[in-house]
Amino acid sequence: MPQTLYDKLWASHVVHSEDDGTALLYIDRHLVHEVTSPQAFEGLRLAGRKPWRVDSIVATADHNTPTTDWNEGIKDPISRLQVETLDANMREYGAKAYFPFLDKRQGIVHVIGPEQGATLPGMTVVCGDSHTSTHGAFACLAHGIGTSEVEHVLATQCLVQKKMHNMLVAVEGPIARGVSAKDLALAVISQIGTAGGTGCAVEFAGSSIRSLSMEGRMTLCNMAIEAGARAGMVAVDEITIAYLKGRPFAPTGESWNRAVAYWRTLVSEAGAHFDRVVRLDARELKPQVTWGTSPEMVVAVDARVPDPDKEKDAGRREGMERALVYMGLKPNMRIEDIRLDKVFIGSCTNSRIEDLRAAAAVVRGKRVAPGIRLAMVVPGSGLVKAQAEKEGLDRVFRESGFEWREPGCSMCLAMNADRLEPGERCASTSNRNFEGRQGAGGRTHLVSPEMAAGAAIAGHFVDVRTWR
Amino acid sequence: MEKFTVLNGIVAPLDRANVDTDAIIPKQFLKSIKRSGFGPNLFDAWRYQGVGEPGMDNTKRALNPDFVLNQPRYKGASILLARKNFGCGSSREHAPWALADYGFRAVIAPSFADIFYNNCFKNGFLPIVISELRVDHLFNEVNAFPGYKLTIDLERQLVISADGSTQIAFEVDAHRKHCLLNGFDDIGLSLQQADKIRAFEALRRIEQPWLFG
Repeated sequence: MPQTLYDKLWASHVVHSEDDGTALLYIDRHLVHEVTSPQAFEGLRLAGRKPWRVDSIVATADHNTPTTDWNEGIKDPISRLQVETLDANMREYGAKAYFPFLDKRQGIVHVIGPEQGATLPGMTVVCGDSHTSTHGAFACLAHGIGTSEVEHVLATQCLVQKKMHNMLVAVEGPIARGVSAKDLALAVISQIGTAGGTGCAVEFAGSSIRSLSMEGRMTLCNMAIEAGARAGMVAVDEITIAYLKGRPFAPTGESWNRAVAYWRTLVSEAGAHFDRVVRLDARELKPQVTWGTSPEMVVAVDARVPDPDKEKDAGRREGMERALVYMGLKPNMRIEDIRLDKVFIGSCTNSRIEDLRAAAAVVRGKRVAPGIRLAMVVPGSGLVKAQAEKEGLDRVFRESGFEWREPGCSMCLAMNADRLEPGERCASTSNRNFEGRQGAGGRTHLVSPEMAAGAAIAGHFVDVRTWR
Repeated sequence: MEKFTVLNGIVAPLDRANVDTDAIIPKQFLKSIKRSGFGPNLFDAWRYQGVGEPGMDNTKRALNPDFVLNQPRYKGASILLARKNFGCGSSREHAPWALADYGFRAVIAPSFADIFYNNCFKNGFLPIVISELRVDHLFNEVNAFPGYKLTIDLERQLVISADGSTQIAFEVDAHRKHCLLNGFDDIGLSLQQADKIRAFEALRRIEQPWLFG
């Protein structure tokens, strides 16, 4: 029977299978950060166990690290202790690579994995972080796990798993200028909902996906979890292989040739069965803006805030009403009339060099609107930051009135000092617009980097396809 | 891990869909390096007035009287009744830790997000999926009868009302059920396959050497 990419990834990692389908799945790459690992290492220690294979571990500190004044260290003592606990665990147990706070290669774990070539096709990749789905862009089986599972992977190099369903999201047609992978991700969520992919491993395929760069594919797979799918993935093609060549941890020489030959098999076969198929036409795609408190509460930039009175389902209507109250929005107002207080360009969704280039192109030679209290760019890693500075993007942002920060998760989830104050409204390139996500009482609108950049200059949302 | 066999307890209704893990336990409390102590900050933003921060004395904070868990009739509840897609969002296991630390042992909903659902089982905490219609019925019952209790019998896979008139069957994965009933943690069980893991790994080292070292 023809196999899907997910079928192949699954089958090639099963160590042991129970009668009920529960399997032990071998894990190739274990990404570790400071928030979800301390209890796992502690559990290991208490049980008198050792990590099974430390050369599978790539670790960094990203959630708690500040984005300003690195010379002053981490001021918040609780955050500092969490980061120091990771330092101590790395000293005690070791890893293939650890990029601690202040290292020039430090950054968001989902940015540095691919950047270092530590994420390779055909791998199983896990991390105590739901946005691990990002790595599926490399034809990996990659998904988030809880801390107990982090401990399980440390102790056994395996996960206890049951096979998920196969879902195909096929997108055809050219993607217009001003429309990005982020808009595509939000459009998919708009169509299938935040639980639309629950229980599924989603493969993104079609001509639109093949036209995306690796960074665009990462953005798309990153948001698979916002559609409820633990894992998103894209088949290997020449773009995948070209991206990986020469990365620090990618194979070289004869090993590279062997690897590439294998990687080319990591595609769904013709006629393979998908339990669910969703099709989208990229030609109809417009820049997207979320208006509510769930990523599925999203419309095109030229639309209006939906009216709950027109919603027939009582539960959904109530959810919409509650979201509008929280967001401080009125039904039927134009999205372009929504005025912002802050703009955040960053996060594991949109902080890579292409994101920064796209945003810089929009703001170049213009000034942040007077009503914007803070517009900030937080590069995804030290290497992204260095590259951007080499290209002069930092100057473009600074001259426009943006703050140019140090790398980390920052205001995507506001575990460090970067946050929204109650009632503040933010155009954000991150992935979640939940209540309080970017700070208690904060109001988040999810958009692409170009849309966030345009909003910073105009002070309100604009359609970057036509706005100049 | 604590065993889960039969639970009899007060039911608290949380009547909103898509309750995300940021709502269950907000990010500022994830800075802890412990597994316990999250209960006082469960649903922090909804439960208290004002913004909570780690280190605050929560007993001195003003409660939000409208939040369901602050109503005296739900004091001591051990079963949470919820709506669809409960636990969506981040993978933070602090969410089931907070629910369990508060005193819940089970949550009943029409559907759960995958990672949250999975995390529950690692903590002696049972997520139960029943149909939307059944959940509606239970919401009506809980709202109508103060002190409404349910019994959850994991062995028989049944949710049973106090008078026995309502019996709702639920599905649970055989492996997970076995672990919960016996209080087994996965790691010990998985390590029984250590030889198989080593053999798999040795083969992989030959076939895909670039994955190692």
